[in-house]
Amino acid sequence: MSAPAVASLTCPQCGAAIELRTLDQALSVVCGSCGSILDARDPNLHVLQEFKARQKFEPQIPLGTRGTLKGEKWEAVGYQVRGIVVDGTTYCWDEYLLFNPYKGFRYLTQYDGHWNDVQVIKAAPDEHTSGGRPYILLHGETFKHFQTATAETYFVLGEFPWQVRVGDTAVTRDFVAPPRMLSEERTPEETTWSLGTYMPAAQIWSAFGLPGKPPHARGVYANQPDAYMPLAGSMAKRYLLFVAVIIALILLRLVTASRETVFATNSAFFRPGAPADSLAFVTPSFTVSGRTANLEVTTEAQVDNGWAYFEYALVNEATGTTYEFGREVSYYYGRDSDGNWSEGSRRDRAVLPSVPAGQYFLRVLPEAEVPTSFLEYRIVVRRDVPTLTPYLFCLALLALPPILVALRAWGMESARWKESDYAPSSDDDDDE
Amino acid sequence: MTARTAACPNCGATIEFRWSSAVQTVCPYCKAVLVRRDVDLEKVGMVGDLPPTSSPIQLGTEGRWQDDGFVVVGRIVYRYDRGGWNEWYLRTMRGESAWLSDAQGDLAISAPARQPGLLPAATHLRVGQWYVIDDTRFRVASLTRARYAGVEGELPFTTWDRDESLFADLDTEGSGDALRFATIDYSDDAPAAYVGEYVELEQLAARNLRRIEGW
Repeated sequence: MSAPAVASLTCPQCGAAIELRTLDQALSVVCGSCGSILDARDPNLHVLQEFKARQKFEPQIPLGTRGTLKGEKWEAVGYQVRGIVVDGTTYCWDEYLLFNPYKGFRYLTQYDGHWNDVQVIKAAPDEHTSGGRPYILLHGETFKHFQTATAETYFVLGEFPWQVRVGDTAVTRDFVAPPRMLSEERTPEETTWSLGTYMPAAQIWSAFGLPGKPPHARGVYANQPDAYMPLAGSMAKRYLLFVAVIIALILLRLVTASRETVFATNSAFFRPGAPADSLAFVTPSFTVSGRTANLEVTTEAQVDNGWAYFEYALVNEATGTTYEFGREVSYYYGRDSDGNWSEGSRRDRAVLPSVPAGQYFLRVLPEAEVPTSFLEYRIVVRRDVPTLTPYLFCLALLALPPILVALRAWGMESARWKESDYAPSSDDDDDE
Repeated sequence: MTARTAACPNCGATIEFRWSSAVQTVCPYCKAVLVRRDVDLEKVGMVGDLPPTSSPIQLGTEGRWQDDGFVVVGRIVYRYDRGGWNEWYLRTMRGESAWLSDAQGDLAISAPARQPGLLPAATHLRVGQWYVIDDTRFRVASLTRARYAGVEGELPFTTWDRDESLFADLDTEGSGDALRFATIDYSDDAPAAYVGEYVELEQLAARNLRRIEGW
């Protein structure tokens, strides 16, 4: 034999049928038809308050709907719309009262598409202050004070284990440790604390079998978990691993690079003032062997307070493939009030990537502006020289995702606190 | 030894006692409030039907607490202006008493304090005061003046002569499992303290719970 789960009553105001789902737990019940708030414990259901809400609201979870939350069955039995007024703007949220005769009561709150699963906690948690800002330690977690406000009840539907009235007010204080939120509600009669956990709307929709898709959540909610923060952390760790791998690759490269000299001129001179045609020359042919690798061209010019410019063309004798490039060598020095100074270098190094094996020669057109009439120079070509550039480029590229994610996390945190009592750019507070 | 069964002096039905030393019981058939007089039962009043409850506990529910089995033998329904609760009377296998209170689905179980110390008089009691009961510091959390709204089953005292009394709820600092609670009951001339903890139904390994339609 099982006991009935509901009692059927009649509204004394309008005669509509009312179902009482929480039986003796209910203190007030709202007539779904005329909106009167009735004394659920009075056999005659006398009217505690006639309908006086300024606006009617429709719960997204219809009362009487049962759902399974975290493995437990719950029935929506009460619904209220409450709100706070900040700078003349009203911010409303929904509160659903859930009931299971074997588990008691539980709440769901909804604001702008953000849902919280809320349970009342029995004892007031210990409160501390740091830098004038209250915080709470609970189960080893630090809950930071988010907002203090006065919440007013705008609309009620269903039944409640307390005497609910439209127009009731309570001072609320919220403390957050995403995805959790501790809330205190104070009325002259009592103070209650509750612990909420952020819940994706899709989970509510599937738990209660609601039709369609949940509306998109807007903005960042006080205790919305930050998916980017832990992601940024794990990406940074992975990045350090990349750095280690790349350093190992660099070391390997330094050890295995052949650095074979395939061609070198002797020290030679040219007259910077001579016509360009007379200065151009081609080098003897030289052999580049082995697999395709880079080729380093080092230009050394003994410039003193002047510059030299070498226009190069590396030509493959067999295919005619030409690599053209220009290199400048400049070196200036002197002495001023700060002492000796120098700028530039007498040696320049150019690396041509991926040069296949073959017979090559260099076409060289030197040019210079120096105080001397002759300029001594030397050209050395080496095969397979280690360079850092591709590795550094790789490291910089790999750093981008963790940096972007860290920026997202930072952006989410500032969006979260923008809605709090601690908004950074608030113009009317923080002047104590 | 007291008899396990007796006849209801009001309707003649056979009343079976779960607890042989009960002082008062209510006839489950005619709702007569019966008080034991030697071997017989005396009718001292009648109780109205209790309002339908959504509590999962019922007379005969069994469970375990602090390594002792218990059975629910009686119930008092308390009411006050902002709420109400069921107080279930438990007899344990070791022959002790305990109470299981059930307020809006929040369960708390308690047993008489072993060292209640000097309990404050009702007139001296204030919210926020600290008292040491059973070597534990408790703070007065709330004071509730409640009336007896109904009884059923077997109880260790008579209730027909009671109307309203003061209850003080106390709790310890801390939270979660560390949280303990105490009650001081001012029903009798001398205040009586009970010490216990908040529990979930699962923690009591409760059997023979009331089955509620559709749940």
